Amino acid sequence: MNKIQINRWKDQLFKIWGIACTLVGLILLVVFIGDILIDGIMRIDWGFVTDLPSRKPEKSGIYTALMGSLWILGLTTIIAFPIGVAAAIYLEEYAKKGRFSALLEINISNLAGVPSIIYGLLGLEVFVRILNLGASVLAGSLTLSLLILPIIIVATRESMKAVPSSIRDASYALGASKWQTIWNQILPASSGGILTGVILSLSRAVGETAPLIVVGALAYVPFAPGNPLDEFSVLPIQIFNWISRPQHGFIENAAAAIIILLLVTFMMNGVAVYYRNKWQKKWK
Amino acid sequence: MEVSIEKDIIMTSENTEKNESVNVQKAKISVKNTKVWYGDFEAIKGISMEIQPNSVTAFIGPSGCGKSTFLRLFNRMNDYVDGFSMEGKIKIDGANIYKKKVHVEELRKEVGMVFQKPNPFPKSIYENVAYGLKIQGITDKKVIDVRVEKALKQADLWEEVKNDLKKSALALSGGQQQRLCIARTLAVEPSIILMDEPTSALDPISTAKIEDLIFGLKEKYTIIIVTHNMQQASRISDYTAFFYLGELVEYNKTKSIFTKPEKKRTENYITGRFG
Repeated sequence: MNKIQINRWKDQLFKIWGIACTLVGLILLVVFIGDILIDGIMRIDWGFVTDLPSRKPEKSGIYTALMGSLWILGLTTIIAFPIGVAAAIYLEEYAKKGRFSALLEINISNLAGVPSIIYGLLGLEVFVRILNLGASVLAGSLTLSLLILPIIIVATRESMKAVPSSIRDASYALGASKWQTIWNQILPASSGGILTGVILSLSRAVGETAPLIVVGALAYVPFAPGNPLDEFSVLPIQIFNWISRPQHGFIENAAAAIIILLLVTFMMNGVAVYYRNKWQKKWK
Repeated sequence: MEVSIEKDIIMTSENTEKNESVNVQKAKISVKNTKVWYGDFEAIKGISMEIQPNSVTAFIGPSGCGKSTFLRLFNRMNDYVDGFSMEGKIKIDGANIYKKKVHVEELRKEVGMVFQKPNPFPKSIYENVAYGLKIQGITDKKVIDVRVEKALKQADLWEEVKNDLKKSALALSGGQQQRLCIARTLAVEPSIILMDEPTSALDPISTAKIEDLIFGLKEKYTIIIVTHNMQQASRISDYTAFFYLGELVEYNKTKSIFTKPEKKRTENYITGRFG
């Protein structure tokens, strides 16, 4: 065998290896989703979505947990979106490039890698105890906001960087101030990328369990939260709680709740992909 | 001896001081002993020159000679470049534009700029031209409409786009986009227009259109154009400045530069022997 043949053979081998690796991931996902569907699909009806939790599995619903998740989603968006985007604008457009900004940048990247339970402990100390918010939706949202801020900042900066510098130059050359340039040109041009980043980070927040347990989200709440200071539960915690029960009926409930949670995150990711494609087209 | 008569108006870096008093026309832009650094690198090594109003001045020279950097001094576009620093004085209509209290935004309304690659905003044709007016706080739609139309006519683009003003500017051809960028600059009503190789990304027909346009615009505006194209410089400019390695080698009426350059280096460059 000469060199070229060996290389071709290696090429084929790697291709097969790659396909195998991809299949492992895909098959596991299909098996998992299939298993969940078999267990839970029969359990889903309108009542399951609107019923309050109960001691009897067939009477239990996810209403409070779903509402808790939606509250968390809404509040986290309101808190994390403006702060994250503003921080990204500062770092990208205003901060002088130097040691300080380099340090900030490294730390923000590091924060994205901190285990979520650590954020939970931070939230417990700062929001629940020092700010005295209690185990409330607001405390949970603030904690999750901290968790996803680094992701939003990085995503926003990346999409602002992708705006061609010629657009910046053109705006400045016409007498626009820095803020006018950012507001009228850079943000609209990068909005697709920013939205994608925000939605993806939010869909991560919706699936988070550990930090909320630490903050004090409850496994059983009789009512859906009515204001930001109410106690709350979220879907992942409800699922976790049901799975740990001995009765088979709760396992079905857990599977059904997983299907709903997956639907929510898939929908959010779908919207993110849609915006990303739309945004990419604009620059071609 | 004949050369010295023409040179009354024009100065090179060496004879700035002695000729200053015999200026016949008041210069639009006057540059005195200006140096520019990017970090430790000295990009402009002490240039003095005066630019005449209502004329086209061409900056020529090989890549990296500092002509674009020099051009961008006039609307302070270098300010945002990391490591940029300068010394010297640049006066426009007698006022130093690098004074602390000068607002760069105001300066740039007076000194417009057209770039090498057409860079329309990803918005409609109308929005592109109206942008400069809107950021000034002009909200009266009638005023904006009038000025958009006027600017598009001045840039010789109105007839081609008057029915498609709402269409995306990115759908225009390269030449049309560049004329749109000129219209956008004109809408702000500057008195000086800086052009940084405005035709280098365009085909010959679009280039000819833009050259015609520049020729017509000099009646009202002072135009400075950086170009790599010798023929273009000789066709459209009244004065030509030859830069080399951050220095102004020769600056004179275009006719003189192209027929009897004084410096050997200038001659070598314009005849294509280097650069």
